Amino acid sequence: MKSDSTAGPNRESPATREAVDRRDFLWEALKASLGVPIALCIVRVPELHGMQEEGDADVERIYGMGIDIRKCIGCGRCAQACKSENDVPDEPYFFNTWVERYVIRTDGEILVDSPNGGIDGFPPIEEEGSTLRTFFVPKLCNHCEEAPCVQVCPVGATFTTDDGAVLVDEEYCIGCGYCVQACPYGARWFDPVKHVARKCTFCYHRLARGKVPACVEVCPTSARLFGEVGHRANPLARFLRFNEIQVLKPHLNTKPKVFYANLDGEVR
Amino acid sequence: MPQQVTRLGIAFAVLAIVFVAVRQTLVPDTFGDAGHYRAAAVDSIEAQPLKYAGHEACTMCHRPIADKRSASNHSGVSCEVCHGPAAEHVAAPGNVRPRAPRERGFCPLCHGYNASRPSGFPQIDPVAHNPTVPCMTCHDPHAPEPPVIPGECRACHGQIASTKAVSHHAVLPCLTCHDAPEEHKATPRAVRPGKPSSRDFCGGCHAEGADSPPHIPGVDMATHGEDYLCWQCHYPHHPEAE
Repeated sequence: MKSDSTAGPNRESPATREAVDRRDFLWEALKASLGVPIALCIVRVPELHGMQEEGDADVERIYGMGIDIRKCIGCGRCAQACKSENDVPDEPYFFNTWVERYVIRTDGEILVDSPNGGIDGFPPIEEEGSTLRTFFVPKLCNHCEEAPCVQVCPVGATFTTDDGAVLVDEEYCIGCGYCVQACPYGARWFDPVKHVARKCTFCYHRLARGKVPACVEVCPTSARLFGEVGHRANPLARFLRFNEIQVLKPHLNTKPKVFYANLDGEVR
Repeated sequence: MPQQVTRLGIAFAVLAIVFVAVRQTLVPDTFGDAGHYRAAAVDSIEAQPLKYAGHEACTMCHRPIADKRSASNHSGVSCEVCHGPAAEHVAAPGNVRPRAPRERGFCPLCHGYNASRPSGFPQIDPVAHNPTVPCMTCHDPHAPEPPVIPGECRACHGQIASTKAVSHHAVLPCLTCHDAPEEHKATPRAVRPGKPSSRDFCGGCHAEGADSPPHIPGVDMATHGEDYLCWQCHYPHHPEAE
């Protein structure tokens, strides 16, 4: 079949036009066919490389902990195990996690105590007859999504990892103590030996080895459980589905990732 | 180029070089690689050694005892709760032996009576409960059962018993109100005790004109408390009325 476009009377000689245009066209085409992928490579390769590195972590996960107040027997094994696992000094002022006892009296008085974090047990309640409610509340760093301690650290020694754990870089911490002041949960403490701020790490070194935090491992009544926040099947997801959940001090908008079931309204 | 511009240029160049040099020295390696922190810190935190090996590690060698425990009332109690951190033992089983607490003070950390513990959790009074005898004499910690079926309700229901003991109902035995079959003592969860189900039960003592001693408060059952059941307002183990 003949094309009409090259046979029109008003057009230039097809031979001349093709000779020039074809060379130019081929040259340009060659440049383009090499240049575009090269240019794309220069732009894209680091990006692709970065994606592959992230791919090692498999999928995004955000760690969290669930605590059922009705199961806690106040044995203090969590506080003891945490001290052993994380080399926390024995003095009764330093805790990554501790157990508080709440006693609410019939006259509305609220007593909270935590002798040695609950490690050695709790003395009997005075005037037990006037007790309205009493229960134990295990506490630890809430690994806030909007962590005040991360905000105030002047050097970036406190940080949030990709999986939501709030950690301290002990080699880089300058020991100013701002984070200890900033934490609304009192979960941070100043290490008298290392002279750095310290806190619960969700036992990040255990998570890296596929184990649960030490406090969860030793909890004899499964009052504590560990898992991931989100849609994937795990113990925490089930806990969050089947319990009425509260967090501590929700009005501060710190978005804690330690979730309490059956928490009393008086708990601060 | 005008001289002043050249000088200014040199000054800026020197400042820029100083800034870069100072920044190079002060900002640690890997800072900013993953966020506003030293990415290498995560590696050093992850490298922290384990102390607690985890119950899976124990099960690998101690299968029979792990199976026994996991079929018992202590199925949720991990080995290292009692035996302490055992990662060193896992690394060198012959050289390091984990502790095995036999002293009487250990078990009451969980099982000593404490009013704040959840109701129904088995608790004893360490002073009154077979003093001086180590717990293991009668109870196997890997499969704990009461060696004899408890004779008294307070062996398990210490919280309620202690509350009742200081109340106006102190003299009433549990069985006055609760119908507890003998099987409940041996298999507490399979056979449950009964509870009163009507106002008339309380009315047996507290109705006006009931056949009860004069110091027991009486109310007109027809008008008192409307349609509520007695225990919706009064706690029978510690009745509030003075």
